[in-house]
Amino acid sequence: MALTEYTGIDKINGPIVMLKGTPGVGYDEVVEVIAEGGEPRLGRAIMVSDDAVMVQVFAGTEGLVPATSRARFLGRPLEITLSPSILGRTFDGLGRPLDGNGPVYSDIKRNINGSPMNPMARVYPRDFINTGFSVIDVLMTLIRGQKLPIFSGNGLPHNQLAIQIASQSRLVGAENFAVVFAGVGIKHDDAAAFSASLSRRGANLVLFQNLADDPVIERIATPRYALTAAEYLAFDLGMHVLVIITDITSYCEALRELSVSRGEIPSRKGYPSYLYSDLASLYERAGVLEGKDGSITFLPILTMPNDDITNPVPDQTGFITEGQIVLSRGLDAKGVYPPIDPLPSLSRLMKDGIGEGYTREDHPRVSSQLFACYSRVQEVKALAEVVGRDELGEEDKAYLAFGDEFEKIYVNQARDENRDIEQSLDMSWRLLASLPASALSRVSMEDLEKYIKPNQR
Amino acid sequence: MAKETVKKPGVITLINGPVVHATGMSHFAMRELVQVGEVGLTGEILQMDGDKSVIQVYEDTTGVKAGEPVKGLGRPLSVCLGPGLIGHFIDGIGRPLDRLMEKEGSFLDRGTHVDPIDMSRSWEVTPVCKVGDAVSAGMVVATVKETDLIENRVIVPRGIEGEIEFVVAPGFYKTSEVVARVKGAGGKVTPVMMYHYWPVRTPRPYKERLLPDEPLITGQRVVDGFFPISKGGVAAIPGGFGTGKTVTQHQLAKWSDAKVVVYIGCGERGNEMTQVLEEFPSLEDPYSKKPLMQRTILIANTSNMPVAAREASIYTGITIAEYYRDMGYDVAMMADSTSRWAEALRELSGRLGEIPAEEGFPAYLATRLAEFYERAGKVRTFGDKTASISVIGAVSPPGGDFTEPVTRHTKRFIRCFWALDASLAHARHFPAISWMDSYSEYAGEVKDWYHKNVDPAWAALRDEARTILAEDDMVQQTIRLMGEDVLPDSQKLIALTASLLKNGYLQQNSFSDDSFCPPIKGVTIMKLILDFHNQAKKLVADGCPLSLIRKMKELIDLAHARELSADDKAGFESLGKRLRERLEKIGSERLAQEQEQEEEGI
Repeated sequence: MALTEYTGIDKINGPIVMLKGTPGVGYDEVVEVIAEGGEPRLGRAIMVSDDAVMVQVFAGTEGLVPATSRARFLGRPLEITLSPSILGRTFDGLGRPLDGNGPVYSDIKRNINGSPMNPMARVYPRDFINTGFSVIDVLMTLIRGQKLPIFSGNGLPHNQLAIQIASQSRLVGAENFAVVFAGVGIKHDDAAAFSASLSRRGANLVLFQNLADDPVIERIATPRYALTAAEYLAFDLGMHVLVIITDITSYCEALRELSVSRGEIPSRKGYPSYLYSDLASLYERAGVLEGKDGSITFLPILTMPNDDITNPVPDQTGFITEGQIVLSRGLDAKGVYPPIDPLPSLSRLMKDGIGEGYTREDHPRVSSQLFACYSRVQEVKALAEVVGRDELGEEDKAYLAFGDEFEKIYVNQARDENRDIEQSLDMSWRLLASLPASALSRVSMEDLEKYIKPNQR
Repeated sequence: MAKETVKKPGVITLINGPVVHATGMSHFAMRELVQVGEVGLTGEILQMDGDKSVIQVYEDTTGVKAGEPVKGLGRPLSVCLGPGLIGHFIDGIGRPLDRLMEKEGSFLDRGTHVDPIDMSRSWEVTPVCKVGDAVSAGMVVATVKETDLIENRVIVPRGIEGEIEFVVAPGFYKTSEVVARVKGAGGKVTPVMMYHYWPVRTPRPYKERLLPDEPLITGQRVVDGFFPISKGGVAAIPGGFGTGKTVTQHQLAKWSDAKVVVYIGCGERGNEMTQVLEEFPSLEDPYSKKPLMQRTILIANTSNMPVAAREASIYTGITIAEYYRDMGYDVAMMADSTSRWAEALRELSGRLGEIPAEEGFPAYLATRLAEFYERAGKVRTFGDKTASISVIGAVSPPGGDFTEPVTRHTKRFIRCFWALDASLAHARHFPAISWMDSYSEYAGEVKDWYHKNVDPAWAALRDEARTILAEDDMVQQTIRLMGEDVLPDSQKLIALTASLLKNGYLQQNSFSDDSFCPPIKGVTIMKLILDFHNQAKKLVADGCPLSLIRKMKELIDLAHARELSADDKAGFESLGKRLRERLEKIGSERLAQEQEQEEEGI
């Protein structure tokens, strides 16, 4: 295809440039903006009219001289070149190799925006993933093909948790398992830690890095490169892919910055009104497809500004993803690792992936009962703060003891401890046995006979 | 459609995401359906200004260039109504997702055009009129066996009156064949087909509106017993994420006693639709014992599908609901979630450069919500049948804040409000419908029906149970501040009974046989709990310590009474008897004890 090239830019505003007199440009087409004597900067046509084009420049517009800068329209959307050799490679935020091993050669080029899956073609995810964490496996079970974000805060061990899930989940070791990691606006140290600990554990890793000091607007493209690579690995090569993207908050901030430069009417907290649709275009790329062997399981990580779960980023995320794992600063301060607060956490897919034929028949009831009891613990704790522990009744005291055990023994585990599901379920019953039978209304009468009585002796 | 007029195409001048501007459009109609660009993306005209117009496009506009053509289709956005909708899965603008998948594979492509319903499929047609019969709009001329459960009724189109000139003999016919011909007074002959197109934004007419006085049985105790909805009623389920909106919607779609269920996944998760699709064919309708899929139509515009089609999906859904209503069926429509629809309005409004009202939503948000909810109702159709559409809309307020515009405006147009409570959801109390914040204005209207068909004490029991829970709300505040021990036994009993109501009645396990609870079983459990309460209350008033009552092990059985099968009448009766006898025994033992002490004292 003949490339069209123009000299001269009419207007520059933040990351956005305007070019006039450029017929024949397609919406969302890739543009290379070239300052005199400089490297081409990638951009995207975000509005096209018969006499002008608005281009969003990923690397920013610093140093562009309107009169002498050139723009070259490539006649295609942003694409990534894919082949099995991407495994083990490291790319930058725009899919360019960073590891010095040269470009990827292949005829397979995919639009990074992907296409929506036909809901009809999806297979409802049901395969349980044993992460080795009791609190996750029993109370917020991760399912292969699920999108389950980690809601965290600055300084909490979310990266450590993601690495441990990626490495000890019973998927590792299977040849067809791969991890695609995208760092969006992350610190150099975090990126290094990720790549070191995962490759040390022998995972098939593809890395995309947009570091904290890389161009901000580039971040809008980074997750899409990673997910397009994941789709290729999963649905072309039949691999089970775990995609970890951190930090979605940085991504949303980039989106907000771009929206403001475009002069769009902001919605909550200055985020654009299409934040939901935009996040959905990322999250919904996880899943399992009929007739394809692979799967995409997606663990996005986001840091909640001021630990506020109602901030638009976690809030809109929670409406799209199939649950969330919420980390708690309070548990972290008590030295509990992983500091997962089970009450606001949830896995929407677990109800169909647990129980008879999946994990164990008692799983649905025991998890519901643990939730009910731990929720009661919070009420008793609030009461104890007012009247003092000593003033509590016998049953309330039992709840407090249960709560302490639950946090210290059940949630808390060593950084290399990998519990299997049987072990975690048995622990659950042992914990519940410390409470009076009348408090256990979520389990059946048979459960009381089978699991509680033997543990009470 | 044979007589599509060939119009001179317009020319695209600007592309901004799903919004496209074009010129040379003066001969196009407002709201006309158009094909945009060389690839032929489906769009709809939103604004006209001289020969310029603004178009919203239902598909991704990547690669579309200025200068490309816009072709008119000569009709507004319409949905094709005919047999073959039930049991199927369509997108927001009425395209069948199953046939799109056959054509383009696992991912949705753009500009693909397939017939919305299968025109070559043949159906078993039974005529119900004969040549010479006088017919008018709304009357049935033939029936088509659409599924084992649903008989599709071919009705005379609106505005047509006359006598039957031709009708098919019983047998199998293709969707595209003429079923009958009506000769009007002026001699004009109109063919009656199995299918027709209807513009989605125009409500289908009916003869008159009726009072919604019959309940829609949902099988959910908190709904049927506390906050009932009528057939023809409108309800909203608001709740932050993770409070169980979708699970509740699924439960209602599964167990409500509507004849046809239209389920719209509007801007929600793809996997949720897949779940319905996988689960429903294997689940039995509790009323007819046939697979649920035989009465269900699924409409999916998932969150990652184009936003403009999300706006349209709500209208597509309600139009289909009206189509089945006009045949005389009770239809229930679940819209999950109306907030996504409102947000699609907001997004498009922003791209059109309209001046926003609250939180960026357009000023016409409330009008659109009202127009939509008013399409529900119980009516008499032109065919003189009583039929209804009940609408249950999920609302997803950001941050779980019920004061945001969509929740607030929705509350103005609905009459039944099932507020989902985050703390109940965290404790995995499902359905997490708050008994304090929810309300139903239909309770009064359906009372007579319940008294006649379920239990003459229904309203009294409901009031008594709700009073106890309201008192408990106050008691719990005291407990939170000072602990339970300071309370007198009478208040402790309130807390005990309330906890029985919460755990034994309001809570319902959707993964067991308890998933569907017939109204009679609900009332039986409520009675057991209230009978216990009243008997215990007397004992406590006589000075019997509550601790004695609390220890009785029959209470565990009472909390688990919902595990009994609805048919197990003997089981419920024996439990009631055991509770009664135990309480009597506690009372008499205590009396004996007192007497003993008195005697010793003497």
